[in-house]
Amino acid sequence: MDLKGKVHKFGDDVNTDYIISGRHKFKTLDMKELAKYVMEDLDPDFYSKVSKGDFIVGGRNFGCGSSREQAPLAIINADIDAVIAKSFARIFYRNCINTGLALIECDTDQIDEGDELEINLQAGILYNRTKGIEIQITPLPEVMLKILSEGGLVEHFKKYGTFNFD
Amino acid sequence: MVLGKTIAEKILSKHSGQDARANDIVVADLDFVMGQDGTSGLAINAFEQMQGQKVFDPGKIAMVIDHSAPSPLAGVSALHKQMRDFAELQKIHLYDIGDGVCHQLLPEQGHVLPGNLVIGADSHTCTYGAINVLSTGVGSTDLAAGLLSGKLWFKVPETFKFMLNGELPKGVFSKDLILYLIGDVTADGATYMAAEYVGEAIDRLSVEARFTISNMAIEMGAKCGLMEADAKTTDWVKAHSNREFETVKADSDAVYARVKEYDVSKLEPQVARPHTVDNVSPISGVEGIPVQQGVIGTCTNGRMEDLRIAASILKGKKISKKSRLIVAPSSRQVMIEAMREGLIEIFVESGAAVVTPGCGPCVGTHNGVPSDGENVISTANRNFKGRMGNPTAFIYLASPATVAASVLYGKITDPREFF
Ligand code: SF4
Repeated sequence: MDLKGKVHKFGDDVNTDYIISGRHKFKTLDMKELAKYVMEDLDPDFYSKVSKGDFIVGGRNFGCGSSREQAPLAIINADIDAVIAKSFARIFYRNCINTGLALIECDTDQIDEGDELEINLQAGILYNRTKGIEIQITPLPEVMLKILSEGGLVEHFKKYGTFNFD
Repeated sequence: MVLGKTIAEKILSKHSGQDARANDIVVADLDFVMGQDGTSGLAINAFEQMQGQKVFDPGKIAMVIDHSAPSPLAGVSALHKQMRDFAELQKIHLYDIGDGVCHQLLPEQGHVLPGNLVIGADSHTCTYGAINVLSTGVGSTDLAAGLLSGKLWFKVPETFKFMLNGELPKGVFSKDLILYLIGDVTADGATYMAAEYVGEAIDRLSVEARFTISNMAIEMGAKCGLMEADAKTTDWVKAHSNREFETVKADSDAVYARVKEYDVSKLEPQVARPHTVDNVSPISGVEGIPVQQGVIGTCTNGRMEDLRIAASILKGKKISKKSRLIVAPSSRQVMIEAMREGLIEIFVESGAAVVTPGCGPCVGTHNGVPSDGENVISTANRNFKGRMGNPTAFIYLASPATVAASVLYGKITDPREFF
């Protein structure tokens, strides 16, 4: 999985209410529609700034708050290819894996707004082209890589009908 | 030498048939599975995409319509209908508008028992840890997998043990204690971990007060907020279910990732300031801040004990003309009991608006969205920007006593003068 795109940078503790506000998430299950409101309370113009394949980069505890799966789904539908942060809240982490949104844990201090990144998930390498530096990625446990590489938990269940990690 | 296990390791070992130790990944059998109206729609869609026909066990599943109930919008009504149709088809439990908040209903209706492993597609599913249940919040796709297979994968959490000594002073409650702990360890202080709350301060609390603490374990990032079961727990559980159960204790030589000890006997009332739950101040640091709206309710503090405390302060008095008060009992049963005890009358006479049992205005879908720039003081568990439906409002979190005292004066007020 090779990913390439530019950075939209946020701070620590980006919660799921910021990713997609409760006032929108109840309105519809149309994720393309919800995608328009991603990060709206932190940056009202966010959706219009994103180009296909871009990255959201945060600090610590990204995705804390509610269990709403609309959060990763709306991010995927806003054409974001991966979320990169120092650490993730656990339900959000599970939800990303299960819905097939790549998630990368690494030190994000040397990644700034607008930087161009190249990521090779298998090799565990993130290259910041703008700064000319390589950043080490914390590797995902095998079970999670398997679900992610199959395209999420729905695909996993379609294939096996239950959990299968053998 | 084989070391002992934490509560989380024991419950996950039992349910996976493996010797589960922190950081292992196991697939475990679930005792109960829950979805609410913000998450069930996506889960039903995922269940169908997984080519699911029948749920694993209809008796072990509930869907609860509580977050936007009654429905404020046609789109929400469609989601509610989808849940009702699915529940009827699959013969699962359905709790409809006015029945209450999911996290009140599951223990109250006897669906979850000590030693159980439970998932709910709602982050505050950790609430039942107070009665020795390993319960944790998941997303909709996890919920769909649970509905279909009765199983889920878990990373066995390390455990953060909180030793809580002493006795809470008068006018200081379990809500103040958990706010204090979150302020101390911060919003990601226990991320990926199980919290275990032990000690005499916990032993002295009622089961209702303990729910408040476990409810907010997620606000320190924890997967679950566990307590051991004592006589109060087993009595409470037996009053709500006649099924058999086995309580789970941590071994004395269990391995903890972190242990922190506190003496709670000098604790002041605590308030979380906008816009993060860990931005906590003792009441002395926020007294006098004007509040235009108060909220008493939610899965954190909408139980009988909470309503009794608030009513004891409001009885025979009128709330300030500068404030409004919204009261949302956490379940139909709580509403009925509160009516019988005359608490609802006290609230209504004091000037409060009592709304349908359920989430009330907690998540900003209906029932009391604040105006631009207004301050709200609430007994809920989250004060994120925009949480109550208006990103320019400011939300303070506190105990039912502090909220009741504050709306009487129209400003944040130390409730200890009433005790
Ligand atoms: S009361 Fe609030 S925190 Fe509790 S389940 Fe409802 S929306 Fe979530």
